[in-house]
Amino acid sequence: MIVTKELNSISGVKEVLVGMGTDLNKELTGNLNLMTPEIEELTPNDFYIAVDTEKEEMVFEEVVSKVDELLSKKAESQTSDYQPATFDSAVDALPDANMVVISVPGEYAADEAKKALNKGIHVMLFSDNVPIEKEIELKKLAHEKGLLVMGPDCGTAIINGVPLCFANAVNKGDIGIVGASGTGIQEVSSIIGKLGSGITQAIGTGGRDLRAEVGGIMMIDGIRALQKDPNTEVIVLISKPPAKEIEEKVLNTLKESDKPAVVHFIGGDPEVAKAYGAYAGLTLEDTAYKAVALSRGEEVVDVVDFTRDKEELEKAAKEEATKFSQGQKYLRGLYSGGTLAYEALQILQEKGIDGYSNIPLKSEFKLEDVFKSKAHTVLDLGEDEFTVGKPHPMIDPSTRIDVILKEAKDPEVAVILLDFVIGYGANRDIVGEILPGIIKAREYAEKEGRHLTFVAFVCGTNEDPQNLEKCEVTLKENGVYVLPSNAQAVRFSEKLISSIK
Amino acid sequence: MVMEKINAANDKALEIILNGQPSLVGIGKCLDVVPGMTEKTLLHAGPPITWDKASGPLRGAMMGALIYEGLAEDEESATKLLESGEITLDPWHHHDGVGPMAGVASASMPVFIIKNETYGNYSYCTLNEGLGKVLRFGAYNKEVIDRLKWMERVLGPLLKEALELHGPMDLKTLIAQMLQMGDEGHNRNKSGTGMFIRAIAPHVAATSFDLQDKIDVLKFMDSNDHFVLNLTMPACKATLDAAKGIPYSTIVTTQARNGTEFGIRVSGIEGGDRWFTAPAEYIDGLYFPGYSQEDANPDIGDSVITETAGIGGFAMATAPAIVQFVGGTPQDAVNYSTSMYEITHGENNVYQIPFLNFRGTATGIDIRKVVETGILPVINTGIAHKDPGVGQVGAGIVRPPMKCYEDALQAFVEMLEKEGLV
Amino acid sequence: MMSNINELFGKELKVINMGLDSFGDDLKEQNIKTVQMRWRPPAGGSKKMMSLLSKLK
Repeated sequence: MIVTKELNSISGVKEVLVGMGTDLNKELTGNLNLMTPEIEELTPNDFYIAVDTEKEEMVFEEVVSKVDELLSKKAESQTSDYQPATFDSAVDALPDANMVVISVPGEYAADEAKKALNKGIHVMLFSDNVPIEKEIELKKLAHEKGLLVMGPDCGTAIINGVPLCFANAVNKGDIGIVGASGTGIQEVSSIIGKLGSGITQAIGTGGRDLRAEVGGIMMIDGIRALQKDPNTEVIVLISKPPAKEIEEKVLNTLKESDKPAVVHFIGGDPEVAKAYGAYAGLTLEDTAYKAVALSRGEEVVDVVDFTRDKEELEKAAKEEATKFSQGQKYLRGLYSGGTLAYEALQILQEKGIDGYSNIPLKSEFKLEDVFKSKAHTVLDLGEDEFTVGKPHPMIDPSTRIDVILKEAKDPEVAVILLDFVIGYGANRDIVGEILPGIIKAREYAEKEGRHLTFVAFVCGTNEDPQNLEKCEVTLKENGVYVLPSNAQAVRFSEKLISSIK
Repeated sequence: MVMEKINAANDKALEIILNGQPSLVGIGKCLDVVPGMTEKTLLHAGPPITWDKASGPLRGAMMGALIYEGLAEDEESATKLLESGEITLDPWHHHDGVGPMAGVASASMPVFIIKNETYGNYSYCTLNEGLGKVLRFGAYNKEVIDRLKWMERVLGPLLKEALELHGPMDLKTLIAQMLQMGDEGHNRNKSGTGMFIRAIAPHVAATSFDLQDKIDVLKFMDSNDHFVLNLTMPACKATLDAAKGIPYSTIVTTQARNGTEFGIRVSGIEGGDRWFTAPAEYIDGLYFPGYSQEDANPDIGDSVITETAGIGGFAMATAPAIVQFVGGTPQDAVNYSTSMYEITHGENNVYQIPFLNFRGTATGIDIRKVVETGILPVINTGIAHKDPGVGQVGAGIVRPPMKCYEDALQAFVEMLEKEGLV
Repeated sequence: MMSNINELFGKELKVINMGLDSFGDDLKEQNIKTVQMRWRPPAGGSKKMMSLLSKLK
């Protein structure tokens, strides 16, 4: 993957695929129109390079030598500690291991997780494509043994202050989170940190935990653990609205202790939570604010507007709107975080805008061709259709840059909205890597006599390796409007759009 | 159920291996002491092979042996004889022995006699000729033949007498000490050879031979760092053979190559006698100046019996200098040895790695673990030139072909299916 | 009854990382005791071999 990224930067390379002759890679090769009878014949044990380029000879040679360089570089850096090949030998190497982080291919992940649980070790199961029957089996086993199985398809967790997989460095405090959404946890926990408060634990359950078949096993065990935890004073739940019977089960569990809870069922009815005596988070940001208020014993209010510079922002929106040329009227939200994109669509809908998407709120707004945006569009670029053969956009910005440039060429586009998710797991210089794309897009539009407005927010903290403040400053210095949360970024984008006459 | 049966069988096999007590008890004439040997037999390294399939070094060695025995005059007549079918070619392993590189042995050659004192079984191996243009690399010129004659007339009988004066020599202790001194018993043998010469020298001096013979013998051994390889190999052979034929055991008791094919045998499959073979690999290593991969012969020799018994590549961490041959670091040597624990049934009780807190070397290769982990045994070995008679052109690291292991696993399962156990 | 989850809270995290190296690297960067595995599919992904192996389990 990293190799592909480096190769793509070689001038003259339009597309490149480097990998083993697996069926998947062959399919991808076909998709890139690079298939040949030779490649068809390859087996999964053959390594091959396919390049789409005008200047055959020169470019291909360069690609091959770069591949050699990169592959041998990697081998060198691994000449340090022994890396056990099996779970059993890994446990031999670390007999008091208490967590296994599993990100191997889905078809093998469940068996490995089972081995860990049988050894009494908690599991962070990042892998997806795990059959749901296996998820149920694992969670039942974990429940029996009082262990965590965070996942499958769990991208984010913070245990004992340690970010696991894609997660932020958030200060310690007394708020505990259980969430079925990766970037949902990231946004809520980051904002809690930004407000000067902190968390005890952020337990991920994986996206399917609240389905009827799975029954919310991990969410309920997580809630109970936080209720028993002497350091946790406030409990936060984040997920998409669960199946009805699961909803009851989960919310009833909250009643088992006096600790106040803030529940955010993204896009769900806030009255549901209230009916069970919990506070309802109206957005991810609002959820964080409410949790912090509870932690501090302050009044709990709804935070659903700009939290600072409200007047300046409204003025700026009106001014920006005058710069657009005739015909520019649409918003394109290009997201790396799925839940953040989903929240964007929710907020837009509340404001009367139905966004097209590859993950639409209503089926009639599903894009026919996810590569062709239409009217107001919000894309989750982390979804499968965009990440085939490429790393996730939180790691590799090249797809997002491509889409930014494509949208810039659309004469009806006025506003481009971007999320920058930082923290561990994410690209260490996501802002620096995307900025050239933004600048190029702007220049292109200007040449065509159009004005583009970029709006962004950074999901993370100052303690993250990328440093929130540094990221925000860099973006602002480059003329990007930076808001303190997804919700506010979406609202500002909507203000821009609605200010266009 | 079946897993317990297999694990119990493997426990037994490992116990036998660890209890082995190989001892050098004598030297004798191949025809006299090696079971099943005849005047028209040539023993060789690796699994069974025919003349037409043999690689350069093996062919050269076979022709050389015939010339040495007086059965042929030259290359041409030797070739004719070998094509005629009059000469029986058989693996050393079918005759309780092992041979390094081409490993060719004929009736008149002197052989070391090793006894596994615990279980009473014997093993045999020729004496090491030295480096460069020697029979085991396929050389067969006058110099080679003359040297073989000297070994037959002087070296063998003199050492035989010296050994009688010394008494049986404990090879297990010798190997254990070698490992503590920078050797691994396959491709690095310098300290072991030194210890052997030191032990035998006073007794060489005390034999009835001429002073010049004694001097020649001592000089001969001293000039060849690998002299003791021809003792470590049969020591390992004798240790492993005692563990052959344990029903339901998946432990590997033989690994060997003949320059064309690599073969393994498994304790619990047909009494440990059935070969599973596949084309031998080329070695990944460093070449002596003037040579390159194009000059190399595929993997050859019975010396991989050392890894099979838990030394050689499995003890690479005791001989970090070896890793230079793959352009690696001392940590690589440690990592190689460490990775072997993933594929063995247990650890050695006597052969230890100081660097790993004196942990015993990985011992008892389990075919199930090799297939499941995809980790193949790592072998330290020399690289022979593909043409007969040129000699060693480099050294490095090689692995067996996975096919041998997969075929063995399949055969094992089929065997259990026939018995109705799975 | 204290579940093992509560036991985990407040303990020093000791992690086995099975899969993407970057996750292990991030943990090591934060001085978390981590063993990075060099995981590969059992039996090299061969379904035939996996089936043979499972018969022996």
